[in-house]
Amino acid sequence: MSFWEYANPTRFMRLSGAALPWVAGLAALSLAAGLIWGFFLTPDDFRQGSTVKIIFIHVPAAMMAINIYVMMFAASLVWLIRRHHVSALAARAAAPVGAMMTVIALLTGALWGQPMWGSPWEWDPRLTSFFVLFLFYLGYIALWAAIEDPDKAADLTSVLAMVGSVFAVLSRYAVNFWSQGLHQGASLSMDRQENVSNVFWYPLLLCIAGFFLTFLALLLLRTRTEIRARRIRALHQRMAAG
Amino acid sequence: MLPELGKYTVAVLGAYGVTLAGFALLVGASLLRHRRVKSELARLEAARRQADER
Repeated sequence: MSFWEYANPTRFMRLSGAALPWVAGLAALSLAAGLIWGFFLTPDDFRQGSTVKIIFIHVPAAMMAINIYVMMFAASLVWLIRRHHVSALAARAAAPVGAMMTVIALLTGALWGQPMWGSPWEWDPRLTSFFVLFLFYLGYIALWAAIEDPDKAADLTSVLAMVGSVFAVLSRYAVNFWSQGLHQGASLSMDRQENVSNVFWYPLLLCIAGFFLTFLALLLLRTRTEIRARRIRALHQRMAAG
Repeated sequence: MLPELGKYTVAVLGAYGVTLAGFALLVGASLLRHRRVKSELARLEAARRQADER
């Protein structure tokens, strides 16, 4: 069976319906385990004190904020090239989750920045590009809501997703592009020497898994809702036509 | 029992509070819309079936 056959709404509904309870259960388990481990069972950092516990929510939220936009970019590309409705609806379903992850990353960053930097906000390259990414999320959601014709809305929002993905990449690498600003480099790296200490690293990995699985569960649920909403619209149009 | 957070209690608890509230909002809103749309579709399809039978 071709990968593209999963883009058939009926097949997607059947498979996602079977997968959703498992994904949601795994998400709840890993999120609860990661947050409990990170909050209750890790020591204070010798420089940052107990604020290091914010890493278990700030880093996964920031990673998801960027990667959800990249997923929206990929789904939008599929829509523009192959016209699969499920991909356009999946991008639409992901956007509010990505926007919330961006808000969480910005707010937890501000709460962490106040005691560490002496300021909750600076127009630092990473913070600024993250704020612009948040505006792209809002623009994307607003554009879907503003256009009546769903195919036209999918076309225009796909173009916006393409443009915004530049900022998603920029916010990931802003610290590397400009060696200035308050924000530190990546907390996770393929190079073990650059990683945070193992005592923080393992619960952080669990929290990242929890955030990712929560996103996946919400994506499946919300895409199923969008497919049904599209069906409602089609039925209304059929009834109106007589 | 809460761990000892010292002078950073507000920052740490605030960050976790914001995150949990954000997750609750996302999950709650998604479930609410899912249920509403699902029942609306069931109602419409039942109405359509009845109309087809007539």
